[in-house]
Amino acid sequence: MTGEVRPVLLDAQGITKRFGGVHALSDVDFQIRRGEIYGLIGPNGAGKTSLFNVLTGIYPADGGRFVFDDRPLIGLKPNEVAEHGVARTFQNIRLFANLSALENVMIGRHVRTRAGVFGAILRDRRTMDEERAIEKDAYELLAFVGVHRRANDLAKHLAYGDQRRLEIARALATEPKLLALDEPAAGMNATETAGLKSLLEQIRARGVTILLIEHDMKLVMSVCDRVLVLDYGKKIAEGPAAEVQRNEKVIAAYLGGGVELAVRRRTSPEVRSAVQ
Amino acid sequence: MNHSAPGMKTSVAAPLAQPLPGVRRPATAWIGIVLLAVALAVLPFVLTGIGTAWVRITNLAILYCFLALGLNIVVGFAGLLDLGYIAFYGVGAYTYALLASPHFGLHLPFWIILPIGALIACLFGVLLGAPTLKLRGDYLAIVTLGFGEIVRIFLNNLSRPFNLTNGAQGITLIDPFRIDGFTFGKPHTIGSLVVSTPVNYYYFLLIVLVAVIVLNLRLQNSRVGRAWEAIREDEIAARAMGINTRNMKLLAFAMGASFGGIAGGMFSAMQQFISPESFVLVESIMVLSMVVLGGMGNVFGVIVGALLLSYVPEVLRYTVGPAQMALFGRTLIDPEVIRMLMFGLALVLMMLFRPAGILPSAVRKREFETARRPGNGQGTP
Repeated sequence: MTGEVRPVLLDAQGITKRFGGVHALSDVDFQIRRGEIYGLIGPNGAGKTSLFNVLTGIYPADGGRFVFDDRPLIGLKPNEVAEHGVARTFQNIRLFANLSALENVMIGRHVRTRAGVFGAILRDRRTMDEERAIEKDAYELLAFVGVHRRANDLAKHLAYGDQRRLEIARALATEPKLLALDEPAAGMNATETAGLKSLLEQIRARGVTILLIEHDMKLVMSVCDRVLVLDYGKKIAEGPAAEVQRNEKVIAAYLGGGVELAVRRRTSPEVRSAVQ
Repeated sequence: MNHSAPGMKTSVAAPLAQPLPGVRRPATAWIGIVLLAVALAVLPFVLTGIGTAWVRITNLAILYCFLALGLNIVVGFAGLLDLGYIAFYGVGAYTYALLASPHFGLHLPFWIILPIGALIACLFGVLLGAPTLKLRGDYLAIVTLGFGEIVRIFLNNLSRPFNLTNGAQGITLIDPFRIDGFTFGKPHTIGSLVVSTPVNYYYFLLIVLVAVIVLNLRLQNSRVGRAWEAIREDEIAARAMGINTRNMKLLAFAMGASFGGIAGGMFSAMQQFISPESFVLVESIMVLSMVVLGGMGNVFGVIVGALLLSYVPEVLRYTVGPAQMALFGRTLIDPEVIRMLMFGLALVLMMLFRPAGILPSAVRKREFETARRPGNGQGTP
């Protein structure tokens, strides 16, 4: 998994975010390399989603900088971040619930297409060609994630796992270089999670780098090349999954400081898998 | 935006077979369109037989269709609740009145003024949109309501120090439409057929209405229309997908306002007299009711809503009085009062029994279905 060192896609330095007196993120540094699946883990409230929101421009950062693909990202609006090639999904699924699955993905094509009001009204050839291409691309992406059979169903009528996949398809439609997934396996059963794992690998095979927040440690450890661990907004470990797993600080963060190893056996499977 | 029947596309390799909406129509649809066109062409002469007033009422109903369609872009497509929409109608009306009346001695032709009116209304739309970009729902409604009132109050008071709007007296003797000596303001005789003033306008309005409907449908079914719908559904997700929500919202306000501006210009020319009284809050509420009653986001629903809310009060005006006379031999309740009472009752009943509107768009309808039956997350495939 280590081997050759790939070029850096996202370089984050000193990322800081405060909410009033709460330090959601303090001085977090990390680098994501091209073609990597990069895990972001940590206990609840560690600042993982805050990091996502700062990265994608939903929250302004209070300090630090992101350099993405050799261009600075800080201070950009969410739509500009998406234009630069960072797409994301949300922890609590945020699909366009009352639009069809296909339309959801078609909206993802917005940022890579051009037609404006006049094109819409005049329906000139270029607009119509573009419109057909949008529909075709969207459908292909639906097929890629395996929800094409539900293309015409409203997004909110899709099964939970399909909604998660649809959200990934919609994000992929923006042609991202970096796909940021916020707990894609949450609420999935073992079969669905296995399917998700192979989907993640297929996405990587398309040349998309993945940043993955996930609580399912089995998934993180099996799919991620490297992992960043946050606790109370601070980076406590970074490195290959196997190394991070043995890190004392990580174990302490998940179990609470000073806890005897014997306690491990009585904790939840998620925590146990993190520790083992 | 229906993409054919569900379950049609099962194979990955299968291309999207169905044509884009509105591209191809079967022959039966064309026959229907021709029949409708003939009926609409004959309609004013039938109405003249009942009373010329009905042609005027029809013209006003078509104007309300414009307004409702314009507001539908803002409220139905982009999901921005606007309670001051009539202000744009007023701006368009006054633009026409000032450029084609003895007030300033200007008499520009209508085909120059209408676009100017649309442009100025559009500017006002951006003016309203820009400071309200971060507001949604009730907060936006309050600000837009205030905006509508500000415009009306300005119209009412801009007679001093410089007499721009002639204050509460309004502007009189506004030019009717003229094309090369042909004036819409006088009856014309073709053979033995007398085409009265309102009938002239009726045909003009009808042609513009068709254009406006096509425009609306095309906008809805486009990249821009989808972006509006995305903002309506979830603004944060829309931004994360790369939609410039600021520009798209401004565009919705500007487009909606231009429709209102054009409608205002036509209103001015038809009435030949305007005053601030025509642009009060109740009118904004009325247009919004048309959109909601007809079916938010559905172009044809909105038209049905506009026609209904334009005609029903008029029908009641002519029937409530005589009905009382026939039943009781005298007028017990003032017809005007009972008319609004029945009107209000009808609205309440509609909202209770068809909350998604008369012709809900497929999207809206399903939204309300699940709202009524909580826990029904799955639906049928």
